[in-house]
Amino acid sequence: MNINFTLFSQAAAFAVFIWFTVKFVWPPLMRAIEDRQKTIADGLAAGERGKHELELSSHRSADVLKEAKQRASVIIAQAEKRASQIIEEAKGTAKDEGNRILVGAKAEVEQEVFRAKETLRQQVADLAVAGAAKILRREVDAKTHADLLTSIRAEL
Amino acid sequence: MASGAELTPTSYMTHHLTNMTSSVGEGAFWTLHVDTLVMSLLLGILSFGFLWSVVRGATSGVPGKRQAFVELAVEFIDDQVKSTFHGDRHAFVAPAALTVFVWVLMMNAMDLLPIDIMALIYELLGLHNWRSVPTTDINATFALALSVWLLMIFFNIKVKGFGGWIHELVCTPFGKNPLLWPVNLLFNLVEYVSKPLSHSLRLYGNIYAGEIIFLLIGMWAATGLAGTVFGTILGAGWAIFHILIITLQAFIFMMLTVVYLSMAHESH
Repeated sequence: MNINFTLFSQAAAFAVFIWFTVKFVWPPLMRAIEDRQKTIADGLAAGERGKHELELSSHRSADVLKEAKQRASVIIAQAEKRASQIIEEAKGTAKDEGNRILVGAKAEVEQEVFRAKETLRQQVADLAVAGAAKILRREVDAKTHADLLTSIRAEL
Repeated sequence: MASGAELTPTSYMTHHLTNMTSSVGEGAFWTLHVDTLVMSLLLGILSFGFLWSVVRGATSGVPGKRQAFVELAVEFIDDQVKSTFHGDRHAFVAPAALTVFVWVLMMNAMDLLPIDIMALIYELLGLHNWRSVPTTDINATFALALSVWLLMIFFNIKVKGFGGWIHELVCTPFGKNPLLWPVNLLFNLVEYVSKPLSHSLRLYGNIYAGEIIFLLIGMWAATGLAGTVFGTILGAGWAIFHILIITLQAFIFMMLTVVYLSMAHESH
């Protein structure tokens, strides 16, 4: 219970321990803690920035999407217009072609008809001449009446 | 219990409350309590060595369990100091508070060692009178309180200058009027005397009383079967409650240290 020299030795020990803590224990630990706090703060800031950028880019992508949709619908409309135009053109061409073919066919038919008529006329003339020849066997000489016969054939 | 044949309550108490002394000079003052000094040095070297070993490998990345534990303690103290002391606390006050808290806590915690078993072990080591708890020695607590007191005066002079400190001693708290100077001075002197006394005696009283209770329970346990049963229960109960007292007293001692040093840094 009595105060004695222990007091001074104890105080000296205290001083040494304080010096030790101030010099060797506190600063490195505080440095480590502060470094970690800085790392965490940086990480949080980066996260915040990333979130902001994500928001921005999602806005941008929505814009791009909208524009693309608009352009696509314009292109589709143009394509539809072009398609109907092409169909119209094709219809016109087909009609012309049809007409042409029809006209050709008609001409051919007329030609055929004409030729058939010609052949028929020839045959009728030949038949008529043959008939006449039978009737007038003696009087008619084919050689002398050749001119007459040819003109008849032509008239028939 | 460890002292042999003629065991009386008085001899039991005296045995447990006597320091091991060593004379370093002429007169009663020049004696040394070897047990107090050795135990406190041992505890200090152990705890600050542990802190140092953890801090040496401290990483600013993900901390290990030991580092997390040390950081928890350090940040707890740093928070306490931050709320009281408004200056560059990292330079001195906060590490000093850490020193005080850890050291006093460790010295107080010696109180939880079973006294009679420890006495037996010390006896085997040839140490007849050996007290485990340095803070039950008034010299230890008074040394801490006086060191803090000297630091307080040092910072008073360092921050305010010698003139500023004297000015504060004679002009506060009542006023600058020369008629009030003696009153102010007397008031401040009382404060300066009472600070280290209350600071050291509070810690000493609490821990000393705790030890006495342990001794009384130990004495009761020696009276028979009922005494042993109740002594065991009471001893366990008191030890559990004492964990609170040990921590609380260490915390109070540290907070008062911080408060005194903060007051030295601030002008009234």
